[in-house]
Amino acid sequence: MIEAQDLTKRYGDKLAVDHLSFTVEPGRVTGFLGPNGAGKSTTMRLVLGLDRPNTGTATIDGRPYAELAQPLRTVGALLEAKAMHPGRSARNHLLFLAQTQGLPRRRVDEVLELVGLRDVARQRIRGYSLGMSQRVGIAAAMLGNPSVLLLDEPVNGLDPEGILWIRNLMKHLASEQRTIFVSSHLMNEMAVTADHLIVIGKGKLIAESSTQEFIERSSEKSVLVRSPDSGALADLIAAEGGKAIRQDPARGQTAALRVTGLDAPRIGEIAAANRIVLHELAPQLGSLEEAFIEMTADSVEYGGDTSAVPQEPAASTASPGSSQ
Amino acid sequence: MTSVSPPSPVTATAPPAPVPAHRSGFGGYLLAEWTKIRSVRSTVWTLAIFVVVSLGLTALFTWLTLNALNNGRRGEAASSIVTDPVSFILGTGLGLGQLAICVLGALVITSEYSSGAIRSALLAVPRRYPVLLAKGLVFAALVIVVGEIVAFLSFFIGKVLVNGHVITGRLTVAGHHVIVHRTITVSLSQPGVLQAVAGSGLYLTVLGLFALAIGGLIRHTAGAITAVIGMVLVIFPLAGLLPDSWGAHVHAYLPTVAGQLITQDKPTAGQLLSAWQGFGVFCAWTALLLAAAIFLLQRRDA
Repeated sequence: MIEAQDLTKRYGDKLAVDHLSFTVEPGRVTGFLGPNGAGKSTTMRLVLGLDRPNTGTATIDGRPYAELAQPLRTVGALLEAKAMHPGRSARNHLLFLAQTQGLPRRRVDEVLELVGLRDVARQRIRGYSLGMSQRVGIAAAMLGNPSVLLLDEPVNGLDPEGILWIRNLMKHLASEQRTIFVSSHLMNEMAVTADHLIVIGKGKLIAESSTQEFIERSSEKSVLVRSPDSGALADLIAAEGGKAIRQDPARGQTAALRVTGLDAPRIGEIAAANRIVLHELAPQLGSLEEAFIEMTADSVEYGGDTSAVPQEPAASTASPGSSQ
Repeated sequence: MTSVSPPSPVTATAPPAPVPAHRSGFGGYLLAEWTKIRSVRSTVWTLAIFVVVSLGLTALFTWLTLNALNNGRRGEAASSIVTDPVSFILGTGLGLGQLAICVLGALVITSEYSSGAIRSALLAVPRRYPVLLAKGLVFAALVIVVGEIVAFLSFFIGKVLVNGHVITGRLTVAGHHVIVHRTITVSLSQPGVLQAVAGSGLYLTVLGLFALAIGGLIRHTAGAITAVIGMVLVIFPLAGLLPDSWGAHVHAYLPTVAGQLITQDKPTAGQLLSAWQGFGVFCAWTALLLAAAIFLLQRRDA
């Protein structure tokens, strides 16, 4: 079990992690989700004692990482793909790690077998593809057969087969009652891998829930309605308990509303009863990725300037200047 | 990627039953550092350069200087080969070869930072300082073996060239030109010679640790190598130009200036420290820098 309590980390005047608290339970894959620069890697480094938090504590099975005598036998970690000397072979990289923990040489061969690198283990890491480097990192994480695993963007650079492999590996390891904490900036990847999600943005906790709950909540159904009399319709919808958000109409199109809380037939009935003309009435299913982007929109660290690009009507919520 | 068997990790990762392990600890850390240092090419290359440069240049300079003597050209080096042949032999090739040791010392630690391997190492040993201690010990053991071998080989190469060589010199004594024939003889049994030769290996070992400490402080390969070589070749020798007796004292106590005293078989005029005192001063500087490197290793984000 991993517990983070009020973690804060500042680099100069930049706040990377902002009073973050969470718990990662054993027996399930916990996804750690956030846009690039949200503080995922920093949080993992704080948990692993590589960086020193400005405030707060992180413990693994109740103890700070630094107090573990043979830490690799409790915790396995995959950091950025290249936390290894490019001139050293995978075998020697794993061997020296094993020697620090008093692990037998045989264990190095076992983990090389596990990640499928046995045949290339004597070659220098310099010549490895990104995917192969990731596998070396995973082998290093599995070296001490740990009960807690922290994996930072493990699918980076892996081909589809590799992604499937690591996904199944994580699920399998979780089924053995291990604690699996895996970061990603890809919502869809986490939706199929993780049982539980911790979402952060700009170093702050945005959401924590089961993946199932997160998906249901995030892909909340909405209905797109176009009407020349959308103002009146919006008021009627609000009166019926729905929520109508004005959308920017594309050039030459009728003003649109995105309605949540009422389904399409009910909106049609309301319109008919009040003799309001509808040009379009379309149920929408929000994608998970869209929900994630929306949820973290305010906290994107390196976002592009969206005002410079023409906006898709459905993608933006009402901006005051364009409402009718 | 070639074929990789999809998840059949069941066999390799049986439920979190711990993998049987020997008792680890500092012995394991030493073993790990040995694995690290022997498994990168830079170690082999740098040591090869050290051996070739040291032995090659010792032979070349000694041979050239003896030839120059015979041809009647007497430079300063030529006279020092006559007055202090042991220091001449040990000072030429090793004087340049020592730079390879500086590079290797800095590299064994900075390459871990530049590659990110330091994070793997610190994850395995979160108490951190044992990593640097074990690295220092293993590196020192390697350098003392190679350094002593090269120091003794350098001496014997020089000895073979120098001994029995008849030098024909012209001296002007009281207005008369005199032709002088003399031979130089060096031997390990002469006073101070064994200390100078063995001391050269010791000096190289502490120099390597000195560079390792600087590498641990600066953490960037180019910066650390520049700093060490700049100190050893430029800053410390230039400090000899400082005026007055305080200047002489400052110069005498600088790390490599003091350290090199042990590589000389006889004291030079006005030498402030004895050979072993000088070596002690060099060791103290190095210990201080290593302590600073450990202090920062404990405190800094990795």
